[in-house]
Amino acid sequence: MNITLRLAWRNLWRQPRRTWLTIGAMVFSNAILVFMISLQFGMYELMIDNTLKAFTGHFQVQAPGYKDDTKMRQIVPNAESIATEIREATSLEAVAVRSATFALASSDDRTYGIRVFGVDPANESRVSTIPSLVSDGRFPDNRDAQEIVVGSVLARNLRVGIGDELTILGSGRGGSFAAAVATVAGIFDSGVIDMDRSIAEMPIGFFNDVFYMDDAAHAVVVVTPALALIEDYRATLESVVAGHDGVVLQDWDALQPGLRQAIQADLSGAFFMYGVLVVLVAFSVMNTQLMSVLERTYEFGIVMSLGLTPGRLGRLVILETALMGLAGLLLGALVGGLITTWFTYNGFSFPGMDQMAANFNLPSHFYPQVSLLTLFAGPAFVFIGSIISALYPALRVHWLHPVEAMRLA
Amino acid sequence: MSAVRCIDLCKTYRQGDQDIKALDHVDIEIVEGDFVCLSAPSGGGKTTLLNAIGGLDILDSGEVWVAGQRIDCMSKGELAGLRLKQIGFVFQAYNLIPVLTARENVEFVMQVQGVPADERGCKSEAILEEVGLGGLGDRRPAEMSGGQQQRVAVARAIVSRPTLVLADEPTANLDSKTSGELIELFAELNETHGTTFVIATHDQRVMAYAKRLVKMLDGRIVDDIDKRAG
Ligand SMILES: Nc1ncnc2c1ncn2[C@@H]1O[C@H](COP(=O)(O)OP(=O)(O)OP(=O)(O)O)[C@@H](O)[C@H]1O
Ligand SMILES: [Mg+2]
Repeated sequence: MNITLRLAWRNLWRQPRRTWLTIGAMVFSNAILVFMISLQFGMYELMIDNTLKAFTGHFQVQAPGYKDDTKMRQIVPNAESIATEIREATSLEAVAVRSATFALASSDDRTYGIRVFGVDPANESRVSTIPSLVSDGRFPDNRDAQEIVVGSVLARNLRVGIGDELTILGSGRGGSFAAAVATVAGIFDSGVIDMDRSIAEMPIGFFNDVFYMDDAAHAVVVVTPALALIEDYRATLESVVAGHDGVVLQDWDALQPGLRQAIQADLSGAFFMYGVLVVLVAFSVMNTQLMSVLERTYEFGIVMSLGLTPGRLGRLVILETALMGLAGLLLGALVGGLITTWFTYNGFSFPGMDQMAANFNLPSHFYPQVSLLTLFAGPAFVFIGSIISALYPALRVHWLHPVEAMRLA
Repeated sequence: MSAVRCIDLCKTYRQGDQDIKALDHVDIEIVEGDFVCLSAPSGGGKTTLLNAIGGLDILDSGEVWVAGQRIDCMSKGELAGLRLKQIGFVFQAYNLIPVLTARENVEFVMQVQGVPADERGCKSEAILEEVGLGGLGDRRPAEMSGGQQQRVAVARAIVSRPTLVLADEPTANLDSKTSGELIELFAELNETHGTTFVIATHDQRVMAYAKRLVKMLDGRIVDDIDKRAG
């Protein structure tokens, strides 16, 4: 065995309790990091995917500017044929046309301002979870049926049930007055308060009729098989869109800027916390190594007088730290991985999470996923932090003078 | 070429408001293959001089040359390299590495030098035998008597055949028989390999072996007897 390595190893076990305490601090923080990062990344993935699958989709073809200003006249002219082209070019099934407007919905007793969507009954369930969330009644299956599906909170507010009639008042595409009577066919319950309170969906044939849309719509919604795969489809979609005037491709990030912002805010908060953890561990390592260097001043004097260069001694200190850091990294990843895996099977929940879960249409239990990244990213930072914190003790060795070092014993 | 040359060395320690001249304008030249005994009353400056020759201490003024190189202005790294390759030290306080066994202490310098393991094993085994510690190789310093530790320190200093051995009271803790054996060993190395020895000692038997006897007092060389010259 290399002499520096052997010395490092022996030195660590000279004070086993101190060494274990230091390694213990590393293991503890590493395990926490592994679990937290696994949980967090699992949550984000789920949050984004669930939110997008609920309604927005991964991409939408829209009139330029529609996403910021949802005016009736900002249309996608021949939406159905664009949808067909996209299906052919990408062989994706989850492509659906949608129209939308603001309207007043009146029941016998009450009137509310709502957002009404015209959706394609044949394809909407492929790009949105709302059709599957109809808890009462059913989702329309005929393009031209004079039916409407409303959110559960809206139904309660309007005091309507299945089979009741709603009067919809709004303005048509050209600005003219538009009105219709629709029968409540279903009530959906997404768990997201905003959606349940303010959204209604009508078959697109009926909608286009009422609001004078002709063949136009406001969006073609596309959902790819997985969030991670969206980049694979972007180029194809762009080329389809390029063949049509007056439309652009928007991705989920542009459509739901709040989502990424929420994640980023959460991430930076979390990373700050992780950073504090890493710094705390680093300081405890520095303390340990400084103590052990001071303790060994005499010995360092000897080996220097025998011909070990200060540089090599400094490396010895770093090596000792690296050995502890490695033990901390491996044990921490192991413990963290085991804990996380337990929660992967049993689910994890914390107080107050129900509220957040409801806002993002998520289950109230999370199932963190261990990956190579979540397993080693945090511990790697702890390791690097430890090495950096050992630099000062290592440098102190450089300043030692053999005779003085031996005399200090 | 001289093995060691010191020119006008001065080293002053401050103790309270008193300046102690540990080395007071010391000039000395030691030829290769010499066997020099430094004797002085306690506090006379022996250890300080040996440390200066080994490049372990910072001097106030003067030049130190070892094996043709001026060492008083070398960097710590260069000095370490010089000690590793050329100088064997036996310290007054043995100065063994506590975490290593006797054998590992002896092998340490060779290991740092990069001597292969089996060669190291042979050499350390042989030298431990020679200093009378056969069979004690696996003990740590804390498990040995003062005299045994001192012999380990001697073994460590000479095992890698340095050209210059600086020994500070190497026989102070030894009975007359073992110290006699140790000196025989030094003398033999001196004869067969031409190793230069500079030994600080009060021990008359050691002085008997010396080719040259240097006496110090209060940091100055007061007497210098070349015994070969008669
Ligand atoms: N670190 C120090 N601080 C102050 N004075 C010191 C220091 N080291 C040595 N001295 C003084 O320098 C002088 C020479 O010391 P040195 O150790 O060289 O003597 P020595 O001849 O080796 O003595 P001994 O035979 O007792 O080992 C002494 O007066 C001593 O007190
Ligand atoms: Mg002395």
